[in-house]
Amino acid sequence: MSAFAAVIARELRLSIRTGGDVLTLVLFFVMIGVVVPFAVGPDRELLSRLAPGVVWIAAFLSMLLGLDRLFRADHEDGTLILLRHADLPFWAVVAAKVMAHWVVSAVPLIVASPLLAVMLALDGSAFWRVVLSLLVGTPALAALGAIGAAVTVSIRRGGLIAPVLILPLAVPVLIFGVGAISTGPGPDLSGSALLFLAAISLITLALSPFAAALAISSGED
Amino acid sequence: MTTDTAPKPSFWNRLAHPGQFVALTRPLLWPLTIITAALFIAGLWFAFFNSPEDYQMGDTVRIMYIHVPTAWLSQFVYGIMAVSAIGSLVWRHPMADVSMKAAAPLGATFTALALFTGSLWGRPTWGTFWEWDGRMTSTLVLLLIYLGIVALWRAFDDQLRAARVIAVFTLVGAINIPIIKFSVDWWSTLHQPSSVFTMSGPHMPPSILTPLLVMAIAFTMLFLTLHLKAMHTEVARRRLMALQRQAAQTGKTA
Repeated sequence: MSAFAAVIARELRLSIRTGGDVLTLVLFFVMIGVVVPFAVGPDRELLSRLAPGVVWIAAFLSMLLGLDRLFRADHEDGTLILLRHADLPFWAVVAAKVMAHWVVSAVPLIVASPLLAVMLALDGSAFWRVVLSLLVGTPALAALGAIGAAVTVSIRRGGLIAPVLILPLAVPVLIFGVGAISTGPGPDLSGSALLFLAAISLITLALSPFAAALAISSGED
Repeated sequence: MTTDTAPKPSFWNRLAHPGQFVALTRPLLWPLTIITAALFIAGLWFAFFNSPEDYQMGDTVRIMYIHVPTAWLSQFVYGIMAVSAIGSLVWRHPMADVSMKAAAPLGATFTALALFTGSLWGRPTWGTFWEWDGRMTSTLVLLLIYLGIVALWRAFDDQLRAARVIAVFTLVGAINIPIIKFSVDWWSTLHQPSSVFTMSGPHMPPSILTPLLVMAIAFTMLFLTLHLKAMHTEVARRRLMALQRQAAQTGKTA
């Protein structure tokens, strides 16, 4: 097994064995969808108009919530230092961790998203666009989140500051993510929004491991 | 990490020593202040007494002489921060760290001023304090990034380590800002194409262009003066912290 796959396997094993976290995250994601109708009223038409935004905000917050565990535990028990001295270049380790983080924190949300679509009265065709846009857009959130987690890993009380840093940077993901779901008034631009979303995901995935690795190694020595 | 084997210190190397930097740049401070004040007096005189009222907007057009320079600085300061970030990552120049740290609150202030004057201007001309227009929205996001960077500086205990980490984040922001700008434009034209605000742009009469240029230069000089002073303050603050640490250590051993 290559070192890259080993890092991914280790992350996945860890998150399965420590259990609870993933389910809590999904619960949080669904709960936002449950709470919104209480706030805005059970009007189906209004809900289905708000649904794309609500789904994305729920995904946004859930991804940001799980951000802190990306590097923090490994930093505290010293694993991160060992990984930095491994044969595998450190940016590859970070890339592996980002992928594992996406599998652990984004895939459950995508699986749970139909539930949200039903509760928010989205119709059948919009439902598939929700799944597709989350599938295409969440890698960008994971990649940007990795930068936030890497920048704040050496701060002892850095839990809140990473989301504050990442939220403004993630505005494009939110814009195109919602754009890919809603056909909206006027011409249907959801197709091109989805393509832009894919482009942003690919760019951030390609660049963020280097930035995150640089941030970690310059914060640690 | 100082290189003590360097044969003959170049200009940049001499600047790298905080004490040398302060000693070399302190004489600049007064001339800069005087130039800034003179430019402001000239610019404000032009703006208030020697420029015409707009035929539509009346006297409110004079807000432009504050609004446009601060908006220009909001981006210029981020540029300074990005260049300093490269300086601190590539050459590990100590003064680049200090410059980066000193620029962040100034940039946040100028961005906030640009938004504030913009909303004051928007009220009489557009009839609203805030509109989710593309340019305003991306300036707001820029302000949030500035505030995040300021918060990040305050969260670190060790400022030397903080500098390199924040330099990485600043550069990530610099790459991301054009993407944010583009996406926000796409978004706002999608939602409300009718409310796009068009300024007369290049065919501005010279009677308005002159005070605008003078004010832009005045504000830039103001930033340079404040930036230099903030860097000196930061150097002094670090020296104070080092002295306090020393005092605490000797107190413990004695």
